Amino acid sequence: MPDTNPAAAAPLAAGTQAPDFTLHSAPDQTVSLRDYRGQPVILAFYPADWSPVCGDQMALYNEVRSEFERYGAQLLGISVDGVWCHRAFADQRKLHFPLLADFEPKGAVARRYGVYREGDGFSERALFVIDGDGVIRWSYVSPVAVNPGADGILRALEAVAGERAPA
Amino acid sequence: MTNRDAAAALTLPVGRRDHIRGPADAAVTLVEYGDYECPHCGRAYPIVKAIQQQMGPKLRFVFRNFPLRQSHPHAEQAAEAAEAAAAQGKFWEMHDRLFERQFALDGEYLIEYAGDLGLDVARFRKELSSGAYAPRVREDFRSGVTSGVNGTPTFFINGVRHDDSWELEPLLAALEEAIGP
Repeated sequence: MPDTNPAAAAPLAAGTQAPDFTLHSAPDQTVSLRDYRGQPVILAFYPADWSPVCGDQMALYNEVRSEFERYGAQLLGISVDGVWCHRAFADQRKLHFPLLADFEPKGAVARRYGVYREGDGFSERALFVIDGDGVIRWSYVSPVAVNPGADGILRALEAVAGERAPA
Repeated sequence: MTNRDAAAALTLPVGRRDHIRGPADAAVTLVEYGDYECPHCGRAYPIVKAIQQQMGPKLRFVFRNFPLRQSHPHAEQAAEAAEAAAAQGKFWEMHDRLFERQFALDGEYLIEYAGDLGLDVARFRKELSSGAYAPRVREDFRSGVTSGVNGTPTFFINGVRHDDSWELEPLLAALEEAIGP
């Protein structure tokens, strides 16, 4: 995707309480951030379903899921696509984690996290690692055309897990 | 801890465990994380070959496994097959064969390739069915994840992820630039 428009405001930084939200993960199902209190959450904002490469960002995270699970972390993908689009995408790519529809009002959650690209109408490729208390511990915005990989997420999860280890 | 452009870098340095083509003291090292069933890796294969030919001993090339198992049902076993061939000293021969026959990676084909390459087929078959090299493939995969591999193929030049195009000219130019004047 061309990276032409100016970037979003600024992503919420580490140390900020993560804004709660409730979004559809399926036509008849919703997911709220607060549902995951007590465990780390990885919020992965991405521009759109159906990016035309194999091993794209969501497919990669799907493959890496077992590494995230070692930290008890829940992965949530978020884009402005609607639930039916997400369902078709998840089925076709065999994705095993929720894709949330930031669809109505469009991009509202992305805006609250400071990662909505106004001119483009979709979000940044932005990552947030949130700890069990709902505090953002790490955030990262990748150039829209560059898949950020999973290394930063794993380092952040490692840091969060390290603190919780008994003294 | 918020940042926009930390360059991803190899967390597992190139070493004795690796499959390496080119001299240890080569001017530049190119590491590929690849998947034998990935069509993009299939397209990158002749490009890497051409670059190896052009650069000769200036280049050291390393291949590591990054099978996308959810997307590519044969990728994991093909990766293990290359490792099983490596155990008999024929890694690169199998690596080449798998990319050249990317459309035929079913188990029986893998056995056939082992025979073609003059491997001990009984041993190869046994090691493949017992998953003898699955831990090795996982180790490659994990090292890729922690290094910022973001799809296949992902290339690293002297340990730093190459985010630009890997078409022949830009990749060659990036390698030459890493060597310097």
